[in-house]
Amino acid sequence: MSILEVQNVNKSFGGLKALQNVNLKVEEGTIHAIIGPNGAGKSTLLNCFVGKLVPDTGSVIFDGQSLLQKKPHEINQMGVSRVFQTPEIFTDLTVFENVMIPCFAKRDGSFERNAWKPVTNESEIRDRAEQMLIDVNMIEKRDMIASSLSRGDKRRLEMAMCLSQSPKLLLLDEPTAGMARADTESTIELLKEIQDRLQITMAIIEHDMGVVFSLAQKISVLAQGTVIAEDLPDAIRSNSKVKEAYLGTAAED
Amino acid sequence: MDALLLQILNGLDKGSAYALIALGLTLIFGTLGVVNFAHGALFMIGAFCSVTLNKILNLSSTTIDETQKDFLGNPLKVKTPYVESWFGEVAGQSIIEWSVPLAIIFAIPIMLAIGVIMERGLIKHFYKRPHADQILVTFGLAIVLQEVVKAFFGANPIQTPAPDALSGVLDLGGAIGLQLSYPVWRITYFFFSVIVIGGVFAFLQFTTFGMVVRAGMQDRETVGLLGINIDRRFTIMFGVAAAVAGLAGVMYTPINPPNYHWGMDFLVLSFVVVVVGGMGSLPGAVLAGFLLGILESFASTTWATTTIPGINQIIIYLVAIIILLVRPRGLMGREGVMEE
Amino acid sequence: MLNLNQRDTGTFLFVIIIAVLAPFIMNPFPTDSAMAQFNAGYPDLMQRFVIFGIFAIGFNILFGLTGYLSFGHAAFLGVGSYAAVWMFKLLSYNIVPALFLSVIIAGIFSLFIGFLCLRRSGIYFSILTLAFAQMSFAIAYSVLSNPKFNLTNGETGLQVYADDIQLFQVENLTTPHLFGWTMNTTYELTLSAWDFQFNVGYYVSACVMLFMFYISIRIFRSPFGLMLRAVKTNQTRLNYTGVNTRPHTLAAFVISGMYAGLAGGLLASMDPLAGAERMQWTASGEVVLMTILGGAGTLLGPLLGAGFIKYFENILSKINDNVLHAWFQYLPEWLENSLVWVLHWFTGKGWHLTLGLLFMIIVIFLPGGLMDGANRIREALRGRKAKKNLQTPVE
Repeated sequence: MSILEVQNVNKSFGGLKALQNVNLKVEEGTIHAIIGPNGAGKSTLLNCFVGKLVPDTGSVIFDGQSLLQKKPHEINQMGVSRVFQTPEIFTDLTVFENVMIPCFAKRDGSFERNAWKPVTNESEIRDRAEQMLIDVNMIEKRDMIASSLSRGDKRRLEMAMCLSQSPKLLLLDEPTAGMARADTESTIELLKEIQDRLQITMAIIEHDMGVVFSLAQKISVLAQGTVIAEDLPDAIRSNSKVKEAYLGTAAED
Repeated sequence: MDALLLQILNGLDKGSAYALIALGLTLIFGTLGVVNFAHGALFMIGAFCSVTLNKILNLSSTTIDETQKDFLGNPLKVKTPYVESWFGEVAGQSIIEWSVPLAIIFAIPIMLAIGVIMERGLIKHFYKRPHADQILVTFGLAIVLQEVVKAFFGANPIQTPAPDALSGVLDLGGAIGLQLSYPVWRITYFFFSVIVIGGVFAFLQFTTFGMVVRAGMQDRETVGLLGINIDRRFTIMFGVAAAVAGLAGVMYTPINPPNYHWGMDFLVLSFVVVVVGGMGSLPGAVLAGFLLGILESFASTTWATTTIPGINQIIIYLVAIIILLVRPRGLMGREGVMEE
Repeated sequence: MLNLNQRDTGTFLFVIIIAVLAPFIMNPFPTDSAMAQFNAGYPDLMQRFVIFGIFAIGFNILFGLTGYLSFGHAAFLGVGSYAAVWMFKLLSYNIVPALFLSVIIAGIFSLFIGFLCLRRSGIYFSILTLAFAQMSFAIAYSVLSNPKFNLTNGETGLQVYADDIQLFQVENLTTPHLFGWTMNTTYELTLSAWDFQFNVGYYVSACVMLFMFYISIRIFRSPFGLMLRAVKTNQTRLNYTGVNTRPHTLAAFVISGMYAGLAGGLLASMDPLAGAERMQWTASGEVVLMTILGGAGTLLGPLLGAGFIKYFENILSKINDNVLHAWFQYLPEWLENSLVWVLHWFTGKGWHLTLGLLFMIIVIFLPGGLMDGANRIREALRGRKAKKNLQTPVE
């Protein structure tokens, strides 16, 4: 069953057509990669999923409900979490507080009404946040201020924050962008592990093809605002249109 | 009809002042990304440049004239301004009389210097600090400047007359058969501000310097990457903005005798002007300045103030609220400015 | 205790002790000594310490936690004062209904202004609040003080007159009171050279302050408070975490507006007069300064800042040239004169200049405020000790 369904989405900025008739289906429980060269419209597409942009025409259906006209926080409350290209975390707060916030948001909804009972008494939330930190191997950094973490740890923390909400769909925007080789590999390992253990559906936006072949069960290739191929990784690898799209722009990179 | 035209004219001078201050605020905000709460103080300092020059020109030597007696029978003390003794009586007197326009020449270098010192000495260190810190430090500076002026010049407004040639009343309506007399100085002020505004726009539009600054307003980092020393240009821009505010103050003194809290009075209204015009839009600032000035003048008519007492003091804010609700970006605001 | 953790309990107890013993602590110099002018232990000043403390504690909930810098909070203070005086005029001098109405009216007013201003953030927000405060000032000063509809009594200020309704007025109580306990009652205690004053109004205000301080600690430590701190750090992440930031900031705005209203109501309860000048931008700037001077976002900071500012405002503005000359009379005359000349700028009527300079110095050099400064000194000392400990084995 598909959890996210994109139908005939068009989006243009001024005269520039960023997306043209994009169709996409993300199956539940799989890792779906959306790849494409720079400027192919990947980020625009992602922003249409999370409520930052509204498509001109077409529909985006998540779990049977339309995402159009919904605000980012409403979409998150429906079960979509997002990992950013550069980790977005609460830099002034401790690692532990960082993970508690999504737990509260999951339990209490988009407006936190509890302005009286101390956070220290919320044992249920604290247990969950602690468990999450153990899961991503960061429990010993629990009381550090998030801004002092290394880049890799910031990424891990952001992942933990998203996973703590047990999302139905996790969106990742170039999770390995700008990372060193070793970090990239460990991130891929982390994602695989999460997938094995939690069966979370993921949609990964990626520029680097190498990252996704070992990870994704299905790949959509976006070029110049349209989906030119959607298939299993092996089939994509040998697809001539994809090669052309990538080679055609490879020289510019 | 006459009354209508008169109110529009009445609004122009205050509108000009708003427009000039708002223009400088927008320039600084657009180029440096700093909201300068001390900008009103620059307007006030400009006004006191005019006062100072007037006082300097009136410095006098006292001589005792034995031929004349005062009412106590003592020899009369005659004060002769030094300017008169240097340039002769006629020339000297006209120099004193024209002190306000002359103060323009006097104020430009002073205001440029104050602007550059402010930017290099203080504002520069706050580019990377949070906006709240920028606001607070310029707010503190505004208080300091205002108190220093108060300590020097006292708390009372100081009269600074316009030259006789420009201080009468002009009958504008005679030619078109309307009853319309209007103070000459206010017309002068309006044309002066139009020239200054035009000058700033021409400077931004037609010089390479202006082009770089405009590009910098759009995207600071990219211009920085091109290897252009944008910081120095921004310093100069800050000086120019300070000079514009200062000149607006210099020329405003004959309309209204200046006092030390002018800065804050005009600042708050100019901020509203900037918000209504659209944050970061230069034409918006000018347009909104004139519109709100005229609006305020209409609200000051006896008809309006008897219907709703005090309406003249809140009309601008009310309009700002409505604009904000209907067009949150202001009249000519661009998307993406100050929205994160 | 009271569901606070150990450290907060300590802080709270500390504030309670200071507040209770203030008449002693603030009055260290014997009445006849030359230093007596530095005493702060008289009712009027102590009342202002705690009342402006309440104002700053409330402001800190907005600015310290969410980072939204409002320049218009004096408007809520003023509205609170007007509401309280109206209650005196209509009902009686009992301060309970007056304070109640102050908080309610300020809450409604801040809901309205907050709703409009919070459509924007950052600089825009600050400018809008400033504009609204100036508008409120103009409304109070002129619009609502005309013969047809006089709500504020304009320049004169709103006060209670003999022909006011005062429905429930009790015969002998002609000043504000709490069920018969008049605010201006002061008990004096003379111990050898010292004169200590215990004022009912001060203790009532102090109790209110302690209660409001307790509430603010609870808000700081609650999940709601955590969300507010998250707003300050990263709104984007918070939105994508399923949290709607707008109601949070609006709630914080209204809470701080109600604190300001309460402070305004208390001011009117100590002296039943409300004027528009309480709403001017200078008053808003003052509470901002109190909060950052003490340390925005800390629990004790606002109280510390309020006390500091109000103390120096009071002391410095009292020092005129004669006082200065008296201080330096034993110096050579030229030195005396030049010292007086320099200090003249910053004292007496020059107090505002000192205030402005203080503002700049704090923002430039100590953005974390006095609390941060104290922490840094403590850490520096500890660091030195640690170094010493490292060195000892060598010796």
